[in-house]
Amino acid sequence: MGENRAEVPGCGGDSQPPCPDQVLENVLENVLRFLTSRRDRNAVSLVCKSWYLAEALTRSELFIGNCYAVSARRATERFRRVNSVVLKGKPRFADFSLMPLIWGAHFTPWLTAFAAAYPWLEKIHLKRMSITDDDLAQISHSFPHFKELTLVCCDGFGTSGLAILASKCRQLRVLDLIEDEVEDDDVVDWLSCFPDNGTCLESLSFDCVELPINFDALERLVARSPNLKQLRLNQFVSIGQLYRLIVRAPQLTHLGTGSFSPPESWVPGEQEPDYRAAFAACSSLVYLSGFREIVPDYLPAIYPVCGNLTSLNFSYANLNAEELKAVVCHCYKLQTLWVLDTVRDEGLEAVATTCKDLTELRVFPIDAREDSEGFVSEVGLIAIAEGCRKLQSILYFCQRMTNAAVIAMSEKCHDLVVFRLCIMGRHRPDHLTNEPMDEGFGAIVMNCKKLTRLAVSGLLTDRAFGYIGKYGNSVRTLSIAFAGDSDMALKYVLEGCSNLQKLEIRDSPFGDSALRAGLHHYYNMRFLWMSSCKITLEGSREISKALPQLVVEVFRSGLAAVRDEDEFVDTLYMYRSLEGPRNDAPTHVRIL
Amino acid sequence: MEMVGGEEDRRLEETELRLGLPGGRASEGETAVAVIKCGGKRGFSETVDLMLNLSTKETLMDLNDKVKRNLAKENDDPVKPPAKALVVGWPPVRSFRKNILAVQKSDVKESEMMSGGAAFVKVSMDGAPYLRKVDLKIYKGYQELSNALGNMFSSFTVGMIDFMNVCKLMDLLNGSDYVPTYEDKDGDWMLVGDVPWEMFVESCKRLRIMRGKEAIGLAPRAMEKCKNRS
Repeated sequence: MGENRAEVPGCGGDSQPPCPDQVLENVLENVLRFLTSRRDRNAVSLVCKSWYLAEALTRSELFIGNCYAVSARRATERFRRVNSVVLKGKPRFADFSLMPLIWGAHFTPWLTAFAAAYPWLEKIHLKRMSITDDDLAQISHSFPHFKELTLVCCDGFGTSGLAILASKCRQLRVLDLIEDEVEDDDVVDWLSCFPDNGTCLESLSFDCVELPINFDALERLVARSPNLKQLRLNQFVSIGQLYRLIVRAPQLTHLGTGSFSPPESWVPGEQEPDYRAAFAACSSLVYLSGFREIVPDYLPAIYPVCGNLTSLNFSYANLNAEELKAVVCHCYKLQTLWVLDTVRDEGLEAVATTCKDLTELRVFPIDAREDSEGFVSEVGLIAIAEGCRKLQSILYFCQRMTNAAVIAMSEKCHDLVVFRLCIMGRHRPDHLTNEPMDEGFGAIVMNCKKLTRLAVSGLLTDRAFGYIGKYGNSVRTLSIAFAGDSDMALKYVLEGCSNLQKLEIRDSPFGDSALRAGLHHYYNMRFLWMSSCKITLEGSREISKALPQLVVEVFRSGLAAVRDEDEFVDTLYMYRSLEGPRNDAPTHVRIL
Repeated sequence: MEMVGGEEDRRLEETELRLGLPGGRASEGETAVAVIKCGGKRGFSETVDLMLNLSTKETLMDLNDKVKRNLAKENDDPVKPPAKALVVGWPPVRSFRKNILAVQKSDVKESEMMSGGAAFVKVSMDGAPYLRKVDLKIYKGYQELSNALGNMFSSFTVGMIDFMNVCKLMDLLNGSDYVPTYEDKDGDWMLVGDVPWEMFVESCKRLRIMRGKEAIGLAPRAMEKCKNRS
C-alpha cells in the first residue's frame, strides 16, 4: 500500500500532510496495477494528466501493433517500468510473397532502446519482424532476468544466435519459435548450449527449425528440465526418438510430435517400443501437433490421450476420413482442430458429431493451387455448422461452396468472431446456383453480431460489400481478394465499417475515388494495404497530403523501384504514425 | 505468357546481361528448352559468359505485372479470371506449409502430388545480405525464372544507378559477371541451364547466384555430370 499513513487530506496536523494528489496517485497506482487490458489502460490514460502519468508508470506490458507507428524512444520515455514487450512488424500479406525481399521491421533499434530503458526486461514477443543473431546475443547480454522469447513469423536469425541465447540466459523459461524462417547456412548445435546443471525451461518450440538436431543433446536437455511442460519438436525427430523423450517427460501438457514416423534406417519387423503406453502415461497432455511425416499406422498410440485433448493440430498430416474419425471419436473435449482437406467432408462430419465444444476449426488444402481438386465443400461446412454450435473461429479452404451453407453457418453459430472462407479458384460463384457469393457473406455480417475478423472470396459483386458496410460494424480486420466490381464496393466498406482497423486488399478494381472515401477514417486504422488494384501515384499522394500523420508507402513486390510512368501503383501500404516517414526504408520503397 | 522480343533487344544483345541460358544466346521468343536441347556440353568460356539479365524494362516485368494488367483492363468480364496467369501468393497459404505438403507421402494420389504442390527453394546472391524463397513451379522455364531473379536482385547490382542505361551498367559490373548455380539432390553444385526445365525443378534444392570467378571451378564438374547423364 502507499508509503504514507492514511490521513485525511486537507486536515492540518503535526506532521506534514500528504497532498491530496499524492494520496490519489498512490491509490491510483495500486489500483491500476491490476488493470491488464491495454484497451482499458488506453482509456484510463485519457482521463486527465495525473491518470496518464500513473498509468504510464504502472504499465508493465508494452504492446506495439505496428513497429513504425511510434518510435522506440517515445515509447520508452512514456512507459518507464515495462518488463514485457510485444512488437509487430510487417503486414500479414508479407507471408504470401507480396512484399519486397527487403522492406524493414528490424528489431535492432528497438532492442537498443530497450537495453537502455528496461534492463529488467523479462519477455519479448515479436511477430513478423527481422531479428538477427547479433540481436539474440544482445538480448543475452542486456537482460539478466530474461525469461521468455517468442518469435512468430520472424526471420533473419539462425542457430548461432539460438546457441548464444541458450547458453547465456540462465533464467530462460520460454523459447518458442513459431513459423519462423531460420537461416540454415551455418548449423550450430544449439541444443547442447543450455546450462549443464539444469534449466528453468517450461516451453521449448522449434518445429519451424528445418535443420537436423543433436538428439542426444535434446534428450539430456529434457532430462534436466523438470519444469518442462511444452515441447514442440521439428520433423527431424523420429517416432522412436519421440518415445524416448516423452517417457522422460510425462508431465508435458503440450507436445509437438515431430515427424511421427520411423527413421529411414528403420527396418519393418524390428522391435518397437510401446508407444501407446508412453502416451497413456502423459495424463496432462491437452495439446498435440506435429505429425509432419505421419505414418497413420502409429496413430492408435495417441488414443489414450484423446479424451483430454483440447487442441489437435493435424495440419501437416495427410489423413483420410477414416483415419481422422478413428482419432476424433475420442476427442469429446476438443476445442481447437486444424486439419488438411484430405479428411474430406466425411471427416468433418465425424468432427461435428463428437466435438461439441469446438471453438476453432482450420481446414488447409493439401494442394494449394487455384485449379486443384479441393476435397471439402459446402457439405463439410454445413455439418460443422450444425454440430459445432459453439464455433468462434473458422478458416476454410475449398473449391466448391454455396451461399446456403454459409447462411446456415451464420444462423447456427452465433458466437462466430472470425470467419475466413477461402474459395481457392478465383471468382468462383455458388457452385449449385451459379450466383455470386454475396448473400452468404451478407448473412455472416448480418447474423454474427460478435464478428471482428472477416476474409471473403469467391465471386463477389459490390452488393456483398454493401452488406458488409451496412452490417459489419464490429469488423476490425477485413481481407479482400479478387472481388468487387467498382469503387462503390470499397466505399461501402470505408463509410460503413466504423471499427475497421486492418484492411488488406489485393487484385480488386478499386481506384483513387474509393481511396478518398476513407479519409475520415484512416487515422483510426492500424493500416491499409492495397496491391494490384487501380490506385495511381497521384491518388496516393493526395492521401498523403491530406493526412500528414499517415505514412504512405508505395512499392512493388520485387526490388525494382516504383516507376512514375506506371499506370497504377503496385502496392500501397499506409499506416498512421507519430513519427513521420521512417528513415530505414530501402530505395525501392517510396514514401510519399 | 508472351515473351517480349523486338529489334531493340537484339541490338542490345551484345551488351546484354543475361541469366542462365547456355549453348548460345536465345532470342527472347524462344523457350529455354529449345536452347538446352542443342547439346548438354558447353564450352568453358561460354559458361563463364552467362550473365545476369537486367536490361530492358519489358523483361523486368514480373508475373504480378502481367496479371495486374489483365485485371486492369476496363472491359474485361469480371467473371472470367485471366486465363492461365499464375498469381503470386494465391491461394494464401504460407510457403513453408506449401513446401512441406509437397513432400508428404500420399497413399491415394501420389502421382498427382508429384506434379502438384510447390517447389520452394532458397535463392541467395553473393554480396546480397538476404535470401529469398521462390516457388520454381510457378515458372514455365528458365527465361521466366531469369526474369524473376533479375527483378528480385536488381538493386544489388545497380544500386542507385538507372538500370535502364546499359552502358553505365557494363562499367559498374566490369569484371563481376554473375552466374546462376544450383545445388541438386546429390549435393553437387551445378550451373543453371544444364538440364531440361522439368528435371531442374525436380532436382534443384537451392539456388545461388555466384560471382563468375567463383563459378569457374564448377564447369568441369558440371560437364562431368552432363557426360554421365547422356
